This record gives sequence, structure tokens and C-alpha cells, in this order.
Amino acid sequence: MSVPTRPGGTAPPLPPLPLPRSPGGGGRQGRSPKKKRVNESISTWRLTDRIGYVLMWAAGLLLCAIGIGILAYMAFKGVQYLRPQLVLTSPTADVDQSASGGFLDPLLGTILITLIGIVIATPIAIGAATWIVEYGRPTWLARLIDSGIEIIAGTPDIVIALFGLVLFQQGIFGWMSFTAAGGAVFGRSFLTAGAMMSLIALPMVFAATREGLQSIPIHIREASYALGKTKAATIRRVLLPSVKANISTGAALGMGRIAGDTAIIVVLLGASLTLDPEGDVPGLNVLKGTGSTLTSYVYNNSPAGEGNAPQKAYAAAFVLLLIVLALNFAVDLIARSGAKTGLETSRLGAR
Amino acid sequence: MLHRLKEPWTDRRAGLLLGALACSVLAVIVFMLVFIAIKAWPSFANNGLSWFSSKGVVDQQFDAMVNSGLNPSAADYELGAWPLIYATLLTTFFATFFGLIFSLLSAIFIVEFAPERIRRVIVPVVRLLAAVPSVIYGLIGILVLAPFIGNSVITAEQKSSVQFVIPLSGTGLGVAIAVLTVMITPIMIAITVDGLHAIPRAWKEGALALGVNRWRAMWTVTVRAARPAIIAGAVLATARALGEAIMISMVAGSKGFSPNPLDGFVFFFEPVRTMAATVVENAESINAPAMQSSLYALALVLLVGAFFLSLGSWIAKQPLKKYGTRS
Repeated sequence: MSVPTRPGGTAPPLPPLPLPRSPGGGGRQGRSPKKKRVNESISTWRLTDRIGYVLMWAAGLLLCAIGIGILAYMAFKGVQYLRPQLVLTSPTADVDQSASGGFLDPLLGTILITLIGIVIATPIAIGAATWIVEYGRPTWLARLIDSGIEIIAGTPDIVIALFGLVLFQQGIFGWMSFTAAGGAVFGRSFLTAGAMMSLIALPMVFAATREGLQSIPIHIREASYALGKTKAATIRRVLLPSVKANISTGAALGMGRIAGDTAIIVVLLGASLTLDPEGDVPGLNVLKGTGSTLTSYVYNNSPAGEGNAPQKAYAAAFVLLLIVLALNFAVDLIARSGAKTGLETSRLGAR
Repeated sequence: MLHRLKEPWTDRRAGLLLGALACSVLAVIVFMLVFIAIKAWPSFANNGLSWFSSKGVVDQQFDAMVNSGLNPSAADYELGAWPLIYATLLTTFFATFFGLIFSLLSAIFIVEFAPERIRRVIVPVVRLLAAVPSVIYGLIGILVLAPFIGNSVITAEQKSSVQFVIPLSGTGLGVAIAVLTVMITPIMIAITVDGLHAIPRAWKEGALALGVNRWRAMWTVTVRAARPAIIAGAVLATARALGEAIMISMVAGSKGFSPNPLDGFVFFFEPVRTMAATVVENAESINAPAMQSSLYALALVLLVGAFFLSLGSWIAKQPLKKYGTRS
């Protein structure tokens, strides 16, 4: 065996240079010997260097303080205001805050919209990524699609929401939402909002899948062809199974992004507090109906919205934060092996 | 015909299917541009280039649009969106400016100087800040920062100095910039860290061997070589800041007002409303045709802006490719 790479699985992508640094973030010890302390004193440095050095420490510590502060504050407020009956009762419109119920329906709405969004986004993203890596001819088209997905990633969510509104108010999408007697299509429902949410998640699943496929060494494919497999069978039986972890990473990140998005919900899910089924087909009627999610619930109960019940907003925001952090934790669990620094841009959703 | 579907897929068919999926992405972009442009056209057509100018009070113009009913006359479309554009430019510029400094220093800290123990805290913190939904940032801004600024930072005489122009309540430009800076910093840090890692270590070691200190070697060699990544990160973060709707609509005071830099420090306390925030706040009254067209016009401006920023970040990243990195 002259090929040094281990067969199967994802080969470790080559770092640009062997960096003799200790592993960051992962908490794994023992790979590199203990770093030697350089006995440096900044008192001999020039003044400008010293100022820069101090500012840098200040920035780093401030960053830690902000992050820990936000987390601690939300946890404190969440524990203070979160009560089991808040999660278990449906919201009702009432001026008296003790009678306006909890956020069961928004919680279900968040779960529902996240599932719809990711179910639509994942196949398209995997298909596009596979096509670009494995086929990718003509080259100009592959490049165009690549930059197209970058454009979608950069499009503000509010623009996507308005696009969804005009798109789904067209007559042919009448089956997705409430249609008035005159034939005017309402355009707002779980289905339409979920379809637009898929555009938020798509770039992440795409980036993660493409990264995984690109890191599979070519000889894995050649081994499969040598066994007489077609290209299609290779993709299905060899390549996609080995990038499963990448796909799940991207999907979890995308779900976190969907669960946290507000603008699309405010514009595209209608304004009803509870799940408001539409039509009489069980299952489909909920999807066609309007509702709310935790994000829109927080927005409406903040001083900026109509409800103005900060305590409920805090409680719902805490639940939302828990969901998003759980999804990010899932990313960590899945991708523990591949991370170099823990700050890969694809894991922050920045492409 | 059905039995043919059960056969193993031929390469050609798989390629066509996957290619079609990939092309659907392009179709979405084209549809998005076309649909939004069609809806936005009446607003631009009735205002001409003065759409971008400042004429009258923008909030009154929106009220007139909502009240104009289902058959608005040409006069009902009147809109001078400059206060909204100005607010967007202000928040975006300041947030990117502060974020750039903050994230560059933090990235250097993470890559080079942070002790292992602090690094183990700071990396999850950056990922936490990137994951927090914008509505939670908005909630903290409006319930913690804005009351603090309204009660403790703004003095009574500052309030009275502008009380005939605009009442100050704490929500305003300053809070929006502060929260927006925190929101866009993680992206910039991530891209900058990637860029700093991509620079060959030998370059910096060469500088160290010549006797300069660690900070200077980092600052003059590695950071300078990573400039394309830093710029690309800043441009991408600008796009984020441009499109942020929910958080801004919560903390920026929500008035179509142009803050006046001549007011001195009060400038940062004056309320604003950006384009994206305008769209999200008026989504309820989108059924009035004049209003609808105006909102889609705002969305079109945002879309075109974001498009050019995506392009800009792609162009800025090109020089990095020669070091052999993938990102």
C-alpha cells in the first residue's frame, strides 16, 4: 500500500501547513506537547505595540463578557419566568396577562415550521451539491449555481419573505393556503412560510455537503468504478453515506437558523396566535392554516409588539434559545472529529 | 413505463435530475428578482428618481398610502425614502466600522495570543453569539439597553434640547448600532480567523527571526497578508447588517427620522427606522396597493444592495486563493 490515506470515511483535509498549535475548542489534550512558555515582557515593546496588545486583550475579554452575559441574563430571566403551565397552555388574546395563556401553539409552530423547512431544503441542497462536485459540467453553469447559492445566503430574510408573499399569492399556489371566495389567494400558511424558510437553510446544507464531498479522495470513487458500479450507484451507495455526518451538521445548523428567523414568520405565517387550521383534510389543514412561532410570539410580546408582556417574552425567548443551542450542540456532537478550530465559517452559517 | 423507474438509475438520468435540482436555485433567484421588481415598479414609476430623495415626512406618506384605498391615484404613491435609506446607511456603516475593529482584535487574540484556557471559552462564545436569534438580541436591546440609556445616559437637558424636533426615549440609533455590532461580529471573526490561519506560518516566523516582537510580527505580516479575508468578512457582515429587520425594528425607535449629526452626541440617541425594519413593521397593511408597491420597492433596493455585497465579498476573496486555501 503506497497510498497513505485511510480508506473509507472522510479523509482529514490537509491543513495548509502543519500548525504546531494545541487543539482549540475541542478540549482534546495530548496531541501536541505542552507549549513552551516564551518568557516575554511587553515592557520592552514600543508604545504603539503595547497599546495594540492591551486593546486586543480588552476586545477578547469583552467578547467573552458579552457572550456569557447574554447567556446568564437569559437563563436568569428564563428560570424566573418560565412555568410549566406556560408551555402547556395555548395563548388566548386577553388584556389581562394572567389570563392570556402560554405558548404551546407557538412552540408547536416552531417545530412544525422547522421540519417543513428542512424537509424541503435538504434534498435540493444535497442534489445541488452532488451535482456541482460530481458532475459540474458545463463549468460555467456550476459556477453560476455556486454563486447563486451564495447570493441566496446573502439575501435578507425580509426580502425572501416578501418574495414568498407575492409568489404564493399566485393562483396556482392556491392549494397551499387560504383562498377567498373571489379567488384571491391569501398566501400565508405554514406551507408557504416553510417553503421560504427552506431558502434560509439551503445554503448551509449545501455548503456542508459540498465540503464533505470534496474531501473524499478520488481513489474511493475509482475503487467503486473498478467494481463495476455506475456513477449514479457510486453516489448513492458510496459517496452520500460517507458524507452523512456533514449533511446532518448542515441540517442542524439550518434548523437552528429556521427556528430563529422572525421576519419570514411575521410576514408569511399570518397573525393568528393559535394554530388555525384551514380546510377539512386532516393533517393538511394545519399545514394550510396560519399560526405563530416562538420568534413571532417573542416579537409580539416585547414592548415593540401588540402584546407587551415582557415576562412571557423572556420565558418564550429562553425556550427558543434552548432549542437553538441544542441544535448547535448537536452540530458539535456530530462534527466533533472534523473541527480544527471550532470557528469554521460554514459552522457559523457564513459560507 | 412505471417499471423503468425501478431500474437502477443511469448516470445520464441521475445527472439530469441533480442538475435540474441545482438549476432550481437559479430559477428561484430569477423569480425573486422579477416578481419583486414587477411589484415595485409602480412606486418607482410614480416617483422617478425623487424616490431616493427626501420630501416631506416619510411616516405621513405611509399613512396616506394605507388610507388611499384599493384604487390609489398617482399622488398616493408619493414617497421620498431618503430618511429610511439614510438610517440604513448609518446603522450599517457604524456597525461594520466598530465590528471590524472589534472582530480583528478578537481574531488576532483567538489565533495567536489567547491562553489555552481563555481560548476554550471564547470559541464557544463566538459560536453562541452567531447562533442567538435576532429576536432575542432585540428583546435584550429593548428591555435592558434602551431603558438603561433612556434613564441613565441621556440627561434631561439633552432631552429638552431636541424636544421640539424629536422626543428621546432611549431606543434609537446608538442602541441599534451597539446590538448590530454584536450580531455581525461572529461572522467577521470566523472569516478573519480562517484568513489568519491560511497565511503560511513561516512568513511570520521570518519576521520573528529578524527580531521584531510577536505583536508586530502578527500585525505587519500575518494581518497584512490576510487583508483579503478581513475585507471579505467585513463585506459579508455589511450584507447581514443591511438586511437585519426584526432587531432594528425593536430597538431603533421606529420613526422615519433623519438624525442630525450637528446635534452632537444626541445624534446617537435619536430614533431611526431602516428600510428592512419599515418592511417588517408595515407588513400588516400590505394589502393597500400603494403601500405594497412601496414596500416591494424597499425590498428591491435591499435585494440589489445585498447582491452587490455578495459580489464584492467574492471579489475580495480572490487574492486569498493563491495561498492554496479553499474558503
